[in-house]
Amino acid sequence: MAVRVRDLRKSYILGKGARANTLAEHFSSKLRTLGKREQRETMDALSGVNFEVARGEAVGIVGRNGAGKSTLLKVLTRVTSPSQGEITLHGRVGSLLEIGTGFHPELTGRENIFLNGSILGMRKEEVQRNFDAIVDFAEVSKFLDTPVKRYSSGMYVRLAFAVAAHLPTEILLIDEVLAVGDAAFKSRSISKMKEIVHEGRTILFVSHHMPSVVELCSRGIVLDHGKVAFDGAPQAAARVYLDTLASSDLRSDDERGRRRGTGEYRLARFEPTKEGFTPDEPKTFEFELDHIRDLAGDIAISAHVIDESGDEVVQCDSRAMGVWMNGTQSARGELSIEHPWLQPGRYTMHIIVHGITVTDSALSACTFEVLPVYPFPSLVDKWSTGGRVLSRFDWKAESTQDRRNANDALGATAPKEIDRT
Amino acid sequence: MSSAADYPTIVIRPRVGFGGVHPRELWEARFLLLRLARRDLTLRYRQTALGVTWVILQPLLAAGVLSFVFGRVAKLSGEGVPYFALTMSGYVGWSCFSTIVSKASSSILANAGMISKVFFPRLLLPLSTVVSTLVDVAVAVVLLLGVLLITGVGISVKIFFIIPMLVGFAFIAFGIGAAMSALAVPYRDINYVLPVMLQLLLYGSPIAYGLSNVPSSVRRFIDFNPLVGLLEGMRWASLPGRDFPTSALVRSVVGGMVIVVIGLLVFERVERDFADVI
Repeated sequence: MAVRVRDLRKSYILGKGARANTLAEHFSSKLRTLGKREQRETMDALSGVNFEVARGEAVGIVGRNGAGKSTLLKVLTRVTSPSQGEITLHGRVGSLLEIGTGFHPELTGRENIFLNGSILGMRKEEVQRNFDAIVDFAEVSKFLDTPVKRYSSGMYVRLAFAVAAHLPTEILLIDEVLAVGDAAFKSRSISKMKEIVHEGRTILFVSHHMPSVVELCSRGIVLDHGKVAFDGAPQAAARVYLDTLASSDLRSDDERGRRRGTGEYRLARFEPTKEGFTPDEPKTFEFELDHIRDLAGDIAISAHVIDESGDEVVQCDSRAMGVWMNGTQSARGELSIEHPWLQPGRYTMHIIVHGITVTDSALSACTFEVLPVYPFPSLVDKWSTGGRVLSRFDWKAESTQDRRNANDALGATAPKEIDRT
Repeated sequence: MSSAADYPTIVIRPRVGFGGVHPRELWEARFLLLRLARRDLTLRYRQTALGVTWVILQPLLAAGVLSFVFGRVAKLSGEGVPYFALTMSGYVGWSCFSTIVSKASSSILANAGMISKVFFPRLLLPLSTVVSTLVDVAVAVVLLLGVLLITGVGISVKIFFIIPMLVGFAFIAFGIGAAMSALAVPYRDINYVLPVMLQLLLYGSPIAYGLSNVPSSVRRFIDFNPLVGLLEGMRWASLPGRDFPTSALVRSVVGGMVIVVIGLLVFERVERDFADVI
């Protein structure tokens, strides 16, 4: 057993009483509350989390924004201390919480490798032993003595990942690192992680990217509202995760508190007009926007369609169609997506409401289903419907003479159409 | 892979009361300590036109100005040695103290990004400023030796005693700096208060003047200043014909220990919420 988490709770203090920024504020707030019992509103980021991880196991931790994933990792890495409960760790813990921590732009690649390595908890000999491997993996050998401020963003990210990936700790916590770098580097980091998993180390992997969770992990834990909502096979965990996405009420304070944005406008409703669509019919959605405060200028709305892998399939921005709404009134309307034909499956919509700045960012505002009804005239199996999306297409074909026989078949029969049935 | 018994077991529980300073944790992180100090030094002198020259110019200029104002303009007595030598012997200790205090107190906020993302003993941040300041102190000591030789004061074997004095300055400065670095996280006003306090302390300590010039009515207040014993110690070690300041040094040592203990208590109390507040 490598990790045991028992009844873990973490609460944060909310609101004005949370903290004073200057000594004057501190004393004036002490004076105001003098004699009264302090009324402090708290928010539980984690409310009673229990689980165990065996040695060598790779566990995926999923959950929507605000479900408590990052807090859990922060407590596990001792960045912040729990409010209640106990965690037992057997072995050193390394984390790829945020790669490149402590990287300094003025320092050279070499200096940053040593600094970052030691910040992440490596001993001097461990950095030295892994130095060549880190440099090779990051492909920066030519630029070792160049300050990293002159690195391209790709080089920077590769170097940061490489240092963290060579942490020799027995337990490794990974958070969303896959979201960085170009496609080639992403696939290399995935295979590096597989390598790490096969080394028999214990891995806790936090991600929104379900395919990598399913691919890398032998088990999935779904967090929702600071609790363990599911603990089991990764495929099942991915399904439970998608369900937790659908069950949110966009108007609730709890849900709104979680969303980013300046808040002049809040998305109140965003729903598909049908439970399931066929791939080729237009997908229509209705929405309502609540006007909270006036906004100078007009507002626009943008919908991002995300597939089960977490990849964005298409973005539909009202600005692109010249559709704007008045910045001083609530609004409602409709979105209709005709193209492309979506593959059957479950989709999530991220909705961004924006004026000059983003006023509301409702990640996973709704989900919808595309039914496994293929819009093709001919019988097909799943091997003939690959690709990110489906499409209306046509084939035309005709028979031609075999080239092999062309010489001795001069003036032979005219080409005829292939029978398509 | 070795068996599970070989792995260290870490238990994480809510932190209540005084968690204490963990010397073992600090020792295990010594590599990071040196790396942080090295970063500090590299960054300070990379991309400055005069580079290392600043380390030499800064104490000479500061001590020069103080000597001019107090020795030439105010015409205070140099206690039997050239005024510049008197000032320099005190200023070396003071610059060790004030550099550590001001760098240590900003060390936590300056590394906020690291604190909210990675765990390491937080005390390393103020501690690393002590290490990186040692380089400047070493340069200042060499300058002091030069000044003593050039002004004809000369050097005796007692000079080695400036080392424990400088350790004392660093010790007290670390205690204050650690507390201030932690308090600066919830209360940003520390950044404004501290330079003023340092300025007051510079003139409230016998650095640019000798203790013999202080009227006895003020002496009583000056005795509370824990830097006085160390400053007098510096002068006893580097200048000829002075008595060993026994009682002042005892006050410095006791006062310094109180300051460090309080400093660490404050640091530890505030530190547990760093990641949530920063």
